[in-house]
Amino acid sequence: MRAGLAGWAFAAPALLIIGVFFFVPVLGAFAVSLTDFDLYALADLHNLRFVGLGNYLELLHSRDFWRALGNTCYFVIAGVPLSIAASLGAALLINSRLTRLPALFRTVFFAPVVATLVAVALVWRYLLHTRYGLINWALGGLGLHPIDWLGDPHWALPAIILFAVWKNFGYNMIIFVAALQSIPADLYEAAHLDGANGWQTFRRVTLPLLRPTMLLVGVLTVAGYFQLFAEPYVMTEGGPLQSTTSVLYLMYEQGFKWWNLGLASAIAFLLFLIMLAVTALELRFSRQRESA
Amino acid sequence: MGREGEVIAKLLPQFQRLHPDIEVRVQQLPWNTAHQKLLTAFAGGATPDLCQLGNSWIPEFAALEALEPLETSVAGSSVVQSADYFPGIWQTNVVEGRLYGVPWYVDTRLLFYRRDLLAQAGFSSPPRTWNEWRQMLAAIKARVGPDRYSVLLPLNEFEPLLVLALQQPEPLLRDGGRFGNFESSGFHRALEFYTEAFTNGWAPPVENTQVPNAWEELGRGYYSFYISGPWSIGEFKRRLPPEQQASWMTAPMPGPDGPGASLAGGSSLVMFRRSHHKPEAWLLLEFLSSPATQRRFYALTGDLPPRRSTWEAPELADNVYARAFREQLEQVKPAPRVPQLERIVTEMRLVAERVVHGDLSIDQGTIELDRTVDAVLAKRRWMLAREAPR
Repeated sequence: MRAGLAGWAFAAPALLIIGVFFFVPVLGAFAVSLTDFDLYALADLHNLRFVGLGNYLELLHSRDFWRALGNTCYFVIAGVPLSIAASLGAALLINSRLTRLPALFRTVFFAPVVATLVAVALVWRYLLHTRYGLINWALGGLGLHPIDWLGDPHWALPAIILFAVWKNFGYNMIIFVAALQSIPADLYEAAHLDGANGWQTFRRVTLPLLRPTMLLVGVLTVAGYFQLFAEPYVMTEGGPLQSTTSVLYLMYEQGFKWWNLGLASAIAFLLFLIMLAVTALELRFSRQRESA
Repeated sequence: MGREGEVIAKLLPQFQRLHPDIEVRVQQLPWNTAHQKLLTAFAGGATPDLCQLGNSWIPEFAALEALEPLETSVAGSSVVQSADYFPGIWQTNVVEGRLYGVPWYVDTRLLFYRRDLLAQAGFSSPPRTWNEWRQMLAAIKARVGPDRYSVLLPLNEFEPLLVLALQQPEPLLRDGGRFGNFESSGFHRALEFYTEAFTNGWAPPVENTQVPNAWEELGRGYYSFYISGPWSIGEFKRRLPPEQQASWMTAPMPGPDGPGASLAGGSSLVMFRRSHHKPEAWLLLEFLSSPATQRRFYALTGDLPPRRSTWEAPELADNVYARAFREQLEQVKPAPRVPQLERIVTEMRLVAERVVHGDLSIDQGTIELDRTVDAVLAKRRWMLAREAPR
């Protein structure tokens, strides 16, 4: 009993901080999401109406919300595997004994992660420029037609995905490098003696031993990619034709541009529920594979 | 805010000499966060005494009951004379019959165009009507071929379409700003003309982020007409090479059947209701509104003054590029004065973009727009209905 009390006492400061700065605001936001809190309510609280689940129902009937959710899912489904593959590929290259100057490459690959988003977005906007951009110039060299990357609603999101993957893959790469280095060398030696080629070694030794890391990276990346916001905010402002409007971008617009804080809070909760469900599925899927 | 926030420091010493007992503290805000900061300041009860406010924000802050009505102060003032101001600009400060601000500088949109390219296409003067403009756009497009255009109408800017829509006799909102009026024949005409510019290949279907330097592109002849505001005068002077300086000019907006109206934009000076220094704030407002101060302000910023008497100063009267603005300012109309304006013009832009891309017909677009705008205005209708019995 005394030990339990001491435990609570030690945990109390952290719990208090989490309670005050996380649970109370979240409860507050949930309460706001049940009202039509807007500019008029800011002027006078008498203008606030309780709408129950009205905001949620409105969202489920709104074209904008489904469109934003579709864009976000597209971004997650295409972006996450691409991002993890790029991270793993880069990690394998850096970890390979054939690579010279691994420290240099590690730094170079990690640089986009720490670079200021707005600055690199500006550079990418020039790279992707329809008439003057380097990428279309290269495509032209291959005999392909120029692509209106950020102006064509079909290409804008792929361009954003490309940009986001480039910006973020270095972070997961570092995690993979650490995991790869913790794989004992004698396992590779044994595989080698058994006559396994490079691909077999990768499939049967590296990948299984990376599985816990893979799960961690997967969960973190999916959660991060669902919260797509800054990239479209600086690159396209949600356009063209709202093809890069993500759920979070929609929330920002409703909340901080139009001051529909009630509706914006409802968007935040829906996104939270979706992310919770997806993460739960991921964990369950990985547990099944482990037991199988 | 922005550049004005920096420049005001140079105007204040003179005010301090006139009123040594009043201490003025200036808080500068960047434009892109100003709106949010002011709303936060309102929520926290920390609003300033006197403030520059974009005139399209006035209805919003008036709805918050944050602004001090100024009718009585203006009536008793020898400096601020409403008749001397351009009427369209003055109107932007009047919400539901009450005056909430005094115009500080004006901003409107009109045509910047290439005289030489227009002459090559066989036209000696800029268009006065939409039909003349259509002919010019078509003639220029025929000359420049598929890779160049006649006019730039960035799909992520609402202003060009808003200007065309304000030129129509029908208002954009009906029943005292309770419902959208986008299915009216006037808006239909405006959207039709706007869409036509894209379907005929007169305007490139791009956003302004894809034309990072709109001034140099006009210089290169990527297009011959560009709808922009007073700041572009300085940009063209700075960015085009000397040998090209004679090639560009400004012209008032052409209208459906003769010189057309444009948007009454700009900033006003407002006083906040919670201020404890209203008499002092009014003195500063009067100082900043006097024609003499406005001339200095123009010299420092290039912002155009809102008073006719200031425009008699030689540096403005003799400025060939400013002349079209002087003419246009007599014909400016305020955008609908409802707190939801920014949302409404954004929805208008989004629908126009879908129509241009062919996702919606013009009729479907106007119906969709009225539906959206009616939903946006729902709370306003409720508020107005509740106020009515009082």
